[in-house]
Amino acid sequence: MKLFKGGVHPPQQKNTAEKATVPMGVPSVVLIPLAQHLGAPCQPKVKKGDTVKVGQVIGDTDAYVSAPIHSSVSGTVTRVEPVVLSGSRPVMCVEIKPDGLQEISEEVKPPVVDSRESFLAAIRASGLTGLGGAAFPTHVKLNPPKGTKVDTLIINAAECEPYITSDYRECLENTQGIIEGILHVLKWTGIEKALIGIEQNKPEAIKMLKQAVSNIPSITVHALPTRYPQGAEKTLIYTLTGREVPSGKLPADVGCIVMNVASVAFVASYLKTGMPLVKKRVTVDGSAVRNPQNVEVPIGTLLKEVFDFCGGFKSEPGKVIMGGPMMGVSQYSLDLPVLKHTNALLALDADEGRIPEETACIRCGRCVRACPMRLLPLELDRLVKTQQFEEAQRFHLMDCIECGCCVYACPAKRLMVQSIRIGKDYIRRNAKK
Amino acid sequence: MENKLLMSSSPHIRSDASTSKIMLDVLIALVPASLAGVYFFGLDAALTIIVCVVSCIVFEFLARKLLKRSNTVSDLSAAVTGVLLALNLPAAIPKWMAVVGSFFAIVVIKQLFGGIGQNFINPALGARVFMLVAYGTKMTQVSVPRGADATDAISAATPLGVLKEGGALPSYLDMFLGKIGGSLGETSALALILGGLYLLIRKVISWEIPAIYIGTVALLSWILGPEGFMTGDPLFHVLAGGLLIGAIFMATDYTTSPMTRKGAVIYAFGCGFLTVVFRLYTNLPEGVSYAILLMNTAVPLIDRYTAPKPFGGGKHV
Repeated sequence: MKLFKGGVHPPQQKNTAEKATVPMGVPSVVLIPLAQHLGAPCQPKVKKGDTVKVGQVIGDTDAYVSAPIHSSVSGTVTRVEPVVLSGSRPVMCVEIKPDGLQEISEEVKPPVVDSRESFLAAIRASGLTGLGGAAFPTHVKLNPPKGTKVDTLIINAAECEPYITSDYRECLENTQGIIEGILHVLKWTGIEKALIGIEQNKPEAIKMLKQAVSNIPSITVHALPTRYPQGAEKTLIYTLTGREVPSGKLPADVGCIVMNVASVAFVASYLKTGMPLVKKRVTVDGSAVRNPQNVEVPIGTLLKEVFDFCGGFKSEPGKVIMGGPMMGVSQYSLDLPVLKHTNALLALDADEGRIPEETACIRCGRCVRACPMRLLPLELDRLVKTQQFEEAQRFHLMDCIECGCCVYACPAKRLMVQSIRIGKDYIRRNAKK
Repeated sequence: MENKLLMSSSPHIRSDASTSKIMLDVLIALVPASLAGVYFFGLDAALTIIVCVVSCIVFEFLARKLLKRSNTVSDLSAAVTGVLLALNLPAAIPKWMAVVGSFFAIVVIKQLFGGIGQNFINPALGARVFMLVAYGTKMTQVSVPRGADATDAISAATPLGVLKEGGALPSYLDMFLGKIGGSLGETSALALILGGLYLLIRKVISWEIPAIYIGTVALLSWILGPEGFMTGDPLFHVLAGGLLIGAIFMATDYTTSPMTRKGAVIYAFGCGFLTVVFRLYTNLPEGVSYAILLMNTAVPLIDRYTAPKPFGGGKHV
């Protein structure tokens, strides 16, 4: 096992680890964005006034890098219009008023899979995108460009972000599903072996997974040191295989495909039932939440209904985060929906949510030593702030994975990742012109 | 309530490290050396420390005000500079000179270059060297420590001075405890090492710079001995002069030392090498200040050539 350099140890806060997942009932309304993935947004396949059923396609596109969107409820479409989601430009959304019957669409039936092509087609039809947070369409990931030889499937169960326990609950509650999913992927993609990577702070899950694979030589379980960002794609591949994904390249270029543990478990469930991705296990936690727990939420449910389901707030939330506290996206409103790749919803009280004042860099080098990509965050910050974008690129600005270790470690509370994001955005926009 | 949700770029949590906490740790680590200074050199030493700290803080406040910048007194870095400067002065220094030195450290070296994090040399050391040039006589007249029998109570000699000028050298025990002539905070090895251990335990500094700096001086002073190869007295050179305060507190200043461990190794070796060269092959009795200042100016170069190799290949250019 190779240890990556850098990283940090934020308090783990896995408060919900021992709480079994509770399914949430039918929400009063769902708002389903038609772009929940990296790639081309879907076009609406329904219009206002249409009735829809659970699992029915409501958005799709002919573009390859994309994934269809399905209704998570049965009911009536009340609105098809753009909504501004946190961290994005306006996205076309379908709002559905559930009828509470949860009738299942006729489209939902187990797919016939007898070849690699039909497997990939089924994965696309399932609407699956990377559930770990990146939301990359899975059928694209499982179909690397010709000429790349993939020999290793890596299953990411590291769950290195504080608070989040949804993958841990997946490991405990759906161990068999995970293994079945891995076997399906191995069988239809022709990859020889699968490595499950999981941080050592989850001994119960490690034990169960090891038991489950004891008779399956192609799958092995690896306990990894607990250090953020162990679950970042590049550091995970490095730890498990010793391979470094080169700058600007994909995992497939070093013979690896990485899938989140919930994604692979979903593959098994879809092939069995044909029910597309319409619900998601979400960790609800944070200092402002009354009853932190894991909830199975219909996709499109508004954040306020999820928090209400968890007993509401015990103090006024100052910041609401979709995802973990290190890489999650802060939300501007509680009327925004749960997405396919939402793995956690955190509500921090005003005190905890506050961003400390930025002071002068003292060049202590903590950010340099914390950076798992071995970059110079303080230099990137300075170069972007002085608008030296080309120079910043020469300092590997684009290789930053935005894990936040530098900012976490910084005694001067510098907003280095924010600068880096601005720099990346500027460079990408100018590259397009 | 909707409008009150805070939006910000991730990460949303921070470690509890802060500049003022780091500076507070340095101040705490300087307490033993300060107490030793007061014990051996009397209340004059205490007064020197107070004058330097107060004037550094006042100059920091006034400079920031005049430059129309945010007030940075609360980050405690000016206080640290004040204590470090005082510990590098003779206890009996005329107090107005200490004020001038504080002005040079805070205003000229630190604030005129942009404030904390922007100075290219260590402010306290820069001021000390400025004072050596400006007030040579007063800067080299060191007091006799308490408990030492001295015929000349005004201008005792430092061990390194004795080495250059001739005379009886103090015992290792006196040098370890601090019962020797010198700047008010540099004499007690025991107190400085205690402070250094505290900084190591608190992870404010890492071991590379002090250990390699001191090790290099010990090794080279032994090899380049007065009677020929390997006849030197490494223990004497480690305990004498400003090596320990320099290696533990001055060379480890974040802003003027390299950011990576590899860089720190090169930098610390350079400091040690230059210190020995100054001590053995120049007319100067002491070389720690000059060695560190010279290496300070080499830090941008060292940082450039020791930058980590990015993950996935490629180089920083």
